[in-house]
Amino acid sequence: MTELLQYVLSGVTVGAVYALVALGFTIIYNASHVVNFAQGEFVMLGGMVTFFAWQAGLPLPLAAALAIVAAAAVGVALNKFAVERARGAPVVSLIIITIGASIFLRGGAQLVFDKQLHRFPSFSGDEPITVGGATILPQGLWVIAGAAMVFASLYVFFTRTLTGKAILATANNRVAARLVGINTDYMMTLSFALSAAIGALAGVLMTPITLTSYDLGVAYALKGFAAAMLGGMGVPAGALVGGLLLGLIEAMTAGYVSSVYKDAVAFIVILAVLFAMPQGLFGGKSTDRV
Amino acid sequence: MRLSSKHLTLLVLLAIILLAPLGFPSNFYYRIGSLIFVNGLAVTGLVILIGFAGQISLGHAGFAGIGAYACALGPQYLGLHPAFAMLLGTALSAALAWLIGRPILRLQGYYLAVATLGFGILVSMVLANEASITGGPDGHEVPELGLRKLIETIGIHLSNAQFWYAFSGLFLLAGTWLALNLYDSPSGRALRALHDSEIAARTVGVDVARYKLFAFVLSAVYASLSGSLLALMNKFITPDAAGFLHSVELVTMTVLGGAGSVPGAVAGAALLTMLPQVLTVLQDYEHMILGLIMMLVMIFLPAGLVPSMSRLLRGRA
Repeated sequence: MTELLQYVLSGVTVGAVYALVALGFTIIYNASHVVNFAQGEFVMLGGMVTFFAWQAGLPLPLAAALAIVAAAAVGVALNKFAVERARGAPVVSLIIITIGASIFLRGGAQLVFDKQLHRFPSFSGDEPITVGGATILPQGLWVIAGAAMVFASLYVFFTRTLTGKAILATANNRVAARLVGINTDYMMTLSFALSAAIGALAGVLMTPITLTSYDLGVAYALKGFAAAMLGGMGVPAGALVGGLLLGLIEAMTAGYVSSVYKDAVAFIVILAVLFAMPQGLFGGKSTDRV
Repeated sequence: MRLSSKHLTLLVLLAIILLAPLGFPSNFYYRIGSLIFVNGLAVTGLVILIGFAGQISLGHAGFAGIGAYACALGPQYLGLHPAFAMLLGTALSAALAWLIGRPILRLQGYYLAVATLGFGILVSMVLANEASITGGPDGHEVPELGLRKLIETIGIHLSNAQFWYAFSGLFLLAGTWLALNLYDSPSGRALRALHDSEIAARTVGVDVARYKLFAFVLSAVYASLSGSLLALMNKFITPDAAGFLHSVELVTMTVLGGAGSVPGAVAGAALLTMLPQVLTVLQDYEHMILGLIMMLVMIFLPAGLVPSMSRLLRGRA
C-alpha cells in the first residue's frame, strides 16, 4: 500500500509538469491550430535562464520572473516571425517549422549558456515530508500547487475576462471574431506568450528536482504532446487529466514493470487510447474534414 | 525523340554520380557522396509517403535502425552473410510496417505524426536498452560486406570509399527509378488522388486504406535499405540511427528539396548532408543554422527548393 502511495505521489508530481506543458500545447493549438513542437524549449528556457540569472547574483524569485518573461518574449517572436507568416500552410510544414524552431532554440541555448546539467535550490528545503508512510519533497508540493494555481487562474481568465473570451472566440472562428471587432492577431500573440510563460514556469518549478540542461526540451515536448493527445487536443481539462494520467502510468510502470521502459509503456497506452478514441479522452467529435 | 522528364531526371542523376568524382580531391569526398546517396534513398521513400500519399511519418528512422541492426546482429547470431542479413532486415521492416501500418494510418495529421513518432522512439529505445544483444548506446560493429573483395578478383580495384560511392549510387538510382515509375503508374495516381482528397479518391473507387498501407510499407523498405547501407559502410552502428533526430532530419530533407518531387528529395538530402561538413567551421552554430534553414524554407518556399526553382526558371523561359 505504501509502495502504491509512493508511486502515486511521484506520478502526480511529474504529471503536474506534463499537464502544464500539455496546457501550453492546448492554448497554442486552440488559437492557431498549430501543434508547437518547440513547447519543450520553453520549459528548458525557464530552468536555464533562472539558473544563470540566479548564479549572476539575482535573488531566485526575481530570476524566475525574468526567465518567464524571457520565454514569453521568445514565444511572441516565434509567433511573429514564423507561425504567423506560415498561416494556411499544410500540417507537415507547420510541424517542420516548429521542430526547426525547437532545434534553433536548443542550439542557441547551448551557445549562450552551456552543455552542463544545472540545478538551483528548492524553494523550501529538501527535507522529505512523510505522507502515510510514503514521502514527497517540498518542491513536489510546489509543483503540484503551481500547476493547480495555473489551471485555476486560466479557468477564471477564459470564463470571466473579456480578453479570455476574445481568445476563445478567435479559436472558435477567426473571421467571426474579427467581424465583431476582436484583434485576432493580438489574441494569437497573447496565446503564444501565455503558453510560453506556462512552459517556463513548469521548468522553474521542476528544475530543483530533475535538473535542467539545454537539451531537455525534446523529452518534455514529447510527454506534453502525448498528454495533450491523451486528454484530447485543444481541451484544457484534457491537458490536466492527460498529464496526470501520463505521470501516473509512468510512475506505475517504473515501479512495477521496468524503469527503463517507462517511456515505452506510456507511448503504448497512448497509442491504444488513440486507436480506440482517436479524439482523446475529452475531445469532442472532430470538426476536421475527414 | 523527346525525352520524358522521368528519363531526363534519371540521366541527370546518373551524369552527376558519374561526373562528380572528376572533381574529387580526396577520398573524403567519396564518403560525403555515399552519405548523400544513402540519405537520398531513405528520403526518396519518404517522397512516396509524404509527397505522393500525403501521410507524415516522424518515425522512419526506426525502420532505418531495423535495417542497420539486422546487418549487425544477423551475422553475429544467425551466422548470416551481411547481404542476406540486409534482405532479412528489409523483410522485417516491411512486415512490421504492414502490421502497424493498418491501425496507425487510420490516424491523420498530428495524430499520425505522434503515432509514428512513438513507433520510432520504441525502436530506438529497445536498441539502446537491450545492451546484452545490441551493445546498447555504445553501438555494435558490423561485418564487412565483402563485395569489394569479390569485384577485385575480376580485376576492378576500388578504394573502400570509391566502392561505397558506386554501390550506394546504384541503390539510389534504382530507388529513384522505381519511385519515378510509380509516380506515373495507376498506383501512383491513386496515391496522389488520396493526397488531394481522401473522400474524392474513395468516391472514384480507390481503396484508400490499401494504398496508404502500400506507400507506408514501400517507404519503410527504402528506409530499411538505407539504414543497412549506412551500417555496412560505417562498419559500426549506434541506436542514434533509429533516433528521433534522424527521423526529423529525413523528413526535413524531404520537404527541403520538395516533398512531391524525387529530384527535389535527392537535392534536399545532398544539401542537408553536406551542410554539417561545411559548417564544421562554425560548429557551435550548426544546430542554430539547421533550425533556421528548416524554418526559412518552410515559410518562404513551402513547395521546397527544387519545385520552387523550376517554377522560377519556367517562368523566365
